[in-house]
Amino acid sequence: MSRIIEGLLYSESHEWVKVEDGLAIIGVSDFAQSEMGDITYVDLPAEGDEVTAGEEFGALESVKASSELYSPVSGTVEAVNEELESAPEKVNEDAYAAWLIKVRMSDASELDALLDAAAYEQVAK
Amino acid sequence: MDQELKTTCLHEDHIALGAKMSPFAGFDMPIQYAGIIQEHNAVRTAAGMFDVSHMGEIVVDGPDAEKFVNHIFTNDVRGLEPGHILYGMMCYPDGGTVDDLLVYKEFESGFLLVVNAANIEKDFDWILKNKEGFEVEVFNDSDSWGQIALQGPKAEDALVNLMGIEELRDLEFYTFYDLEDEDGGRVIVSRTGYTGEDGFEIYASPDNIRDIWAMLLEDGIQPCGLGCRDTLRFEAGLPLYGDELSADISPVMAGFSMFCKFDKPEFIGKEALMAQKTGGVARKVVGIELSDSAIPRAGYPVELEDGTEVGVVTTGYHSITLDKSICFALVDSAHAALGTPLWIRIRKKVFPGVTVKKRFYQTNYKK
Repeated sequence: MSRIIEGLLYSESHEWVKVEDGLAIIGVSDFAQSEMGDITYVDLPAEGDEVTAGEEFGALESVKASSELYSPVSGTVEAVNEELESAPEKVNEDAYAAWLIKVRMSDASELDALLDAAAYEQVAK
Repeated sequence: MDQELKTTCLHEDHIALGAKMSPFAGFDMPIQYAGIIQEHNAVRTAAGMFDVSHMGEIVVDGPDAEKFVNHIFTNDVRGLEPGHILYGMMCYPDGGTVDDLLVYKEFESGFLLVVNAANIEKDFDWILKNKEGFEVEVFNDSDSWGQIALQGPKAEDALVNLMGIEELRDLEFYTFYDLEDEDGGRVIVSRTGYTGEDGFEIYASPDNIRDIWAMLLEDGIQPCGLGCRDTLRFEAGLPLYGDELSADISPVMAGFSMFCKFDKPEFIGKEALMAQKTGGVARKVVGIELSDSAIPRAGYPVELEDGTEVGVVTTGYHSITLDKSICFALVDSAHAALGTPLWIRIRKKVFPGVTVKKRFYQTNYKK
């Protein structure tokens, strides 16, 4: 059974979002990492890149396959978790600690379209 | 669940172990148990076991058996000693590959052909279609056999411990012993595999295979799924039918002309393969190593620096043993020489690489 954390927002494509000071911190859910298996490579945007809600912003690669990442919100990438470049397995170890990018949101109302923990529980199974 | 999916005799055991299951070659097969990396490393450093009961076994016997096998097989079984095994291909007249397979020369008479699960029906039909004029009996014995591949540097100890037969240590690479189980059923143990490590393949009745699996599990042998079967064979430079060999990819294109014996009087595909060997082929399978750790996947385009597409990735991984991104790719022969710079398009970016030998990993066979 995968972990779902109360208080985070989730997308149907298995990203999570935590909002802090107008920044959307984005990662993938525990369900997503467990479905992928051992993650060996992260492909993330650069600081300053624009991301768009619902559009691809990178990928996580497991041994077997590549899984595209879809941004839950639109905005400008303000930080990238560079630690994952050399230690992608951290996503497997704790998917909620291993954030991927932080985005300065251009339209905070996009958050309304995301799922809460209870609703995501129905998706992640 | 697809009702058409077949299961092997170990299916319940995989479920009990909590394996991630997935359809492969028409069978519901385990992809991984503990995780691909852990299983891969177990085989490289200790021992692992794979359920390969889905593989096909086709028997060819009769007065013309040797002549017939040599007619459909690229390698040469003339004079092959009983208890010895050859690897090779069956080809179409145009040189395209029907399948790659192992041929076991039986002690009594005839041959056992071990073929890929996905190709059992196709191979059997192909064999029947071509046996006219040969005095042979052919039958598909696949359902009688279960099979376990026990692989890794500690496979020999595990096997001797399991069977209590010290002589198994003397078994040479690409040879086999015939053994008997307690009920007089036949057990074949061959020193073969698909991982680049020393190891064995054990063929026995489905019931007996379940017992062997349970005993090996009790001895602490890591169960391994098809996930690491692919990463292991890939590092060792071994082809997978469908990726590096196919109806469109001949053994010569794949770089396996050493398994085509052109000094045989004849075999299906000989003329076409010889023409490819002497006149050259349009495309070849090469190895490519990337300088970045982005992962080339099957289907990704291979390009020149100016963006001209010259090929396609057939299998690619971030190699678990070598910790670098490598792939097999089918590329235009003009760009297939060792040391040729090539680029691979991975999503929106292009990554530089260079062609290298396909045996990425130094194999550890017991010769």
